[in-house]
Amino acid sequence: MIHLVWLVPVLPLAGFLILGLGRNNLSKALTGLMGSGVILASFVISLLIFLEVKQEGFVPVTVSLSEFINAGKLQIPFAFQVDQLSTLFLLIITGVGFLIHVYSTSYMHEEEAPHFARYFAYLNLFVFSMLLLVLGANYVIMFIGWEGVGLCSYLLIGFWFKNLEYGNAAKKAFIMNRIGDLGFLIAVFWMINQFGSVTFGEVFAKAQGTPIAVLTGITLLLFVGATGKSAQIPLYTWLPDAMAGPTPVSALIHAATMVTAGIYMIARSNILYTLSPVTQTVVALTGLATAILAASIALKQNDIKKVLAYSTVSQLGYMFIGLGVGAYTGAVFHVMTHAFFKALLFLGAGSVIHAMGGEQDIRKMGGLKAYMPVTRWTFLLACLAIAGIPPFSGFFSKDEILSAAYAKNPVYYAIGVAGALMTAFYMFRLYATTFLGDFRGTAHQKDHLHESPSAITIPLIVLAALSVTGGLIGMPEVFVKNGHLLEHFLEPVFAASYKIQQAEPAPASKELTLMAISVGVALLGALYAWSRFRKKPDLAEATGFGKVLANKWYVDEIYNAIIVKPLDALASFFNSFFEKNVIDGLVNGVGRAVRYGSRQIRLMQSGQVGGYVLLMVIGMVVLFLVQIFFKK
Amino acid sequence: MPINYYIFLAVTLFCIGVTGVLTRRNAIIIFMCIELMLNAVNLLLVAFSKMHYQEMVKLNPTAGIDGQLFVFFIMVVAAAEVSVGLAIIVMMYRNTHSVDVNFLNRLKH
Amino acid sequence: MIPVLLIVIPLVCGLAGFFIKSSRSARDWSLIASIMTMVVSLAGLVIHPNAASLVFDAEWLPALGSSFSVGLDGLGQILTLLTAVSFPLIFTATYRTEYKNANNFYALMLLSQAGLMGVFVANDALLFYFFWELALIPVYFLCSNWGGEKRVQATFKFFIYTFVGSLLMLVGIIYLSQHTADHGFSLKSFTDLNQRIPAQDQTWLFWLFFIAFAIKMPLFPFHTWQPDTYEQSPSATTMVLSGIMVKMGLFGILRWLAPVLSTGTWIWGDTASALCIIGMIYASLMAIKQDDLKRLVAYSSIAHIGLMCLAIFATTQAGMQGVMIQMFNHGINIIGLWIVVDLIERQFHTRKISELGGLAQKAPALAIGLVLVALANLALPLTNAFVGEFLMFSGVYGSAATKYNVVFTVTAGLSIILSAVYTLNMIQKVFYGKTNALTAKGRDIFFHEKMILALVVLVILVMGVYPKPVMDLTRGTVDLILTKMNFKL
Repeated sequence: MIHLVWLVPVLPLAGFLILGLGRNNLSKALTGLMGSGVILASFVISLLIFLEVKQEGFVPVTVSLSEFINAGKLQIPFAFQVDQLSTLFLLIITGVGFLIHVYSTSYMHEEEAPHFARYFAYLNLFVFSMLLLVLGANYVIMFIGWEGVGLCSYLLIGFWFKNLEYGNAAKKAFIMNRIGDLGFLIAVFWMINQFGSVTFGEVFAKAQGTPIAVLTGITLLLFVGATGKSAQIPLYTWLPDAMAGPTPVSALIHAATMVTAGIYMIARSNILYTLSPVTQTVVALTGLATAILAASIALKQNDIKKVLAYSTVSQLGYMFIGLGVGAYTGAVFHVMTHAFFKALLFLGAGSVIHAMGGEQDIRKMGGLKAYMPVTRWTFLLACLAIAGIPPFSGFFSKDEILSAAYAKNPVYYAIGVAGALMTAFYMFRLYATTFLGDFRGTAHQKDHLHESPSAITIPLIVLAALSVTGGLIGMPEVFVKNGHLLEHFLEPVFAASYKIQQAEPAPASKELTLMAISVGVALLGALYAWSRFRKKPDLAEATGFGKVLANKWYVDEIYNAIIVKPLDALASFFNSFFEKNVIDGLVNGVGRAVRYGSRQIRLMQSGQVGGYVLLMVIGMVVLFLVQIFFKK
Repeated sequence: MPINYYIFLAVTLFCIGVTGVLTRRNAIIIFMCIELMLNAVNLLLVAFSKMHYQEMVKLNPTAGIDGQLFVFFIMVVAAAEVSVGLAIIVMMYRNTHSVDVNFLNRLKH
Repeated sequence: MIPVLLIVIPLVCGLAGFFIKSSRSARDWSLIASIMTMVVSLAGLVIHPNAASLVFDAEWLPALGSSFSVGLDGLGQILTLLTAVSFPLIFTATYRTEYKNANNFYALMLLSQAGLMGVFVANDALLFYFFWELALIPVYFLCSNWGGEKRVQATFKFFIYTFVGSLLMLVGIIYLSQHTADHGFSLKSFTDLNQRIPAQDQTWLFWLFFIAFAIKMPLFPFHTWQPDTYEQSPSATTMVLSGIMVKMGLFGILRWLAPVLSTGTWIWGDTASALCIIGMIYASLMAIKQDDLKRLVAYSSIAHIGLMCLAIFATTQAGMQGVMIQMFNHGINIIGLWIVVDLIERQFHTRKISELGGLAQKAPALAIGLVLVALANLALPLTNAFVGEFLMFSGVYGSAATKYNVVFTVTAGLSIILSAVYTLNMIQKVFYGKTNALTAKGRDIFFHEKMILALVVLVILVMGVYPKPVMDLTRGTVDLILTKMNFKL
């Protein structure tokens, strides 16, 4: 089965091509069937591959398809690598991706057929790019997927292209990603220069003897790429704006694909990061800062999708903390559980927005629990999972990261817990304001409130089940001996790193205390938010410091003022002054000088024949004299 | 007769010609002065040719009269030039009713 | 025989084209002629690289030591192929355009093709110069007779500019030919010169050639003729100018400068690279501010050419391979962009970005075509330009010819970001948003126009996914040029 791994990305690609080319001729039913079907097929193949990979004694396989770049000593083939890590991501991407596709068949049903097909084509392309990213056996193939998801996010965020606002958000996403991509690319060039190869196996093998300074440089540059793709400080601002796209797209970007790319890349290159402690510290600190900053912004957002967006940024921060402290399994684990509950949250939000007729402001919702039971219950489960309440999935993964953070530096842990407090608070603020209390929308909206159709609720239920149980594959040692199935599964991928780190397992009592603290804090936040917003939601405009939070710390404005504006002014200066007056001025100046000179010399042509003859005679005399006196 | 006499005469003639061309405005007189310069050169050519004839003919029986031959060419060219030049002057007179060369600065405008 | 055919077919057909009366038949005649050239060029590809039919020698000006010596190596093949493929594409894409005195227009186009072919196959410096001018002169007439309102001014500048460059080059060629072993102009004796010309002479000789090529490419700060000329020329001519003619500059460096004056190239490498990078950033910033589609594409082209030139001076295998691939791909991409611009202009009679908007609703096929070509312009992976740009950047980074390779890579890399800015801006303003009074009446493009765009897109994708044939084709030439370039006094 493993040698058919190329089918996994090729099927969505085929779906993209068929839907894209036949968008004017396909019915919506066929489009939906085809779009979801190819992902399902990919999922099934991934599952079969997983079953093979899971067996004891499995050795990673590289499947080479064709030659891609071959210049001098540089050989970059089209090759896929199948190992535990990529298989796990295959399952997440195709599995969650499939549910989102199914959901979309209902959610996007009001679009006209060609646009409906275009939407599914983009979705398939998105999944294709992401699969390429995780399957690539070298950094260049990874980069192809890396840029590909950037492109697809651009296309999908700007899906409703009549709205220029959405177009701007899409553009911002692409450009922000490109900034990160430049870092990634330079890292790749450095690797080519240093190792003569970009194939994972060769790079990692040669990394051990490489100077730390070089590795630090390479890993930092790769991390720049990751900050772009995974929305970390300083390149995170595109992700909240990316809410402009249709809601299932947000779910796809935030949960299953795109933003996890950075985590995947670092987890894949774990050995490089383990060998450069400076970078690890940078990664951990960036993760911490992002987790806190984004969580603080989420406290004051009133757009249902914006809250979720900042929560994604914040949760990604946690994953980077995990990577930074060397808890690679924990980070990947959190990617997985986050994929479940974040997809669920977004799809639930989509269901709400659908019912509300496009309204996204939670201040105009309220009391929806009576009308949308399935959405409400699944949303609640997701909130519990993200808040880190046991035994829901988020608890296990977040706890693993936090305990590793504690082992590295207790301050990390403290900040992480503070973030968890905010997470629990804003999630339950969101839940309470949306589903509890009285309905605050218009009468017209109230008449239309309804539970969504089964194409929407079934994915919700499946994801809810996963959000609840997904954590069980990573039971901490203190609960169940050898209960961490995921760690066992991923061990070959991270073995080299763990050998270098040689972390002592913390004593059971200490670990339990840490768990108790974080769970207690989360419960506190959740209950406080619940009790405060259940009856009277926070409807007033934010003031004081709250206003700073509601305006996202004015980061967009700051970027605008220090980067966009000056660059724009420089471009204007070049365009309106420098080009015309300096460069072209020089060129035209040469022409003008020639013209001026000839105008002066022209005066010698007086038309007086005598004058000409006189000049001629003088010239002859001069020539004679020169000939006589200067003859060598 | 020493060659110097011929040279002095030729130089004198040439200078008269040059002065005439430079100072006079009447096209016909300028024309005659040009002829004077040509003839000064012709005179020199003939004089030198005669001077060198004896030695040259010893080396090569056909050599030694190049200068005199050249004079014939110059006379032919001068005659042709006169015909063209006079034609121009006639045309000029028809257009300007004058043979003053200073009227010929029309190209300037 | 093949290189001769490549020159002779367009030359003869072009000269004959002057005498065709009807404009329809002149158009068809030139299309047929260009297709014939393309067939010959494709045939040249399948022939074994060392076959005798790829070279041709005849006596031309024996007194001067110059002969009619032409030949095709990897570099020549890739560029003649580009020329041969582009012309039918251009003729088909602008098939519906009506010209007055169409016979003259098409004839001049074919003559410039002959000149271009000659430049790319010439193995003799004087012959090279001859064709260099032959390619220029028809373009001058094309712009000045069929151009826009300010055509006289623009073409005058263009002509003087490039002609000054050419004359500098001619001086250089004559000087060099005096110093060759056989006082001749053949490529072989020229490439032996790098050991015969002392370093201090190479330093100034370098500039005679470099300025000529820099004007042609164009490089900052010699670029100001380009946006004006592109803007004023008829679309078909703009395609020739930007798709193929700018490659003459790069080709000139690769064939007649870098291997010939290797020491001079090495000494001035950093200066030239700095010019390239300044130009890349500068042109990208300029592109952001352009309101005219043609000027925008023109500046974007300056940025891309800058990168190619930079990669040549990096003197690495990867970079050089990238240049070879990119010369072909850039030609295809930019012609694709011009086709889209031309389609817009023909429908709405404007090229002002500010006057357009919302076209994606009215012309989805056109929008898809533009987006794909624009993505190739951005060098997105799996489009053709990615392979080239990746290799070029990687070559610049790994360059041993300069101390500043990292600085060069990073600053040049900024243009990657800026290119996204101006390209996406353009897509958004032209295609997204709501329609306005002008674009509300828009319609989608016709079937044959779709087919042409599809063809361009197909080439873009195929070359992006499977660049191996081109890489194999040019590998030998790259090695040869690098061996020469690595010789330093």
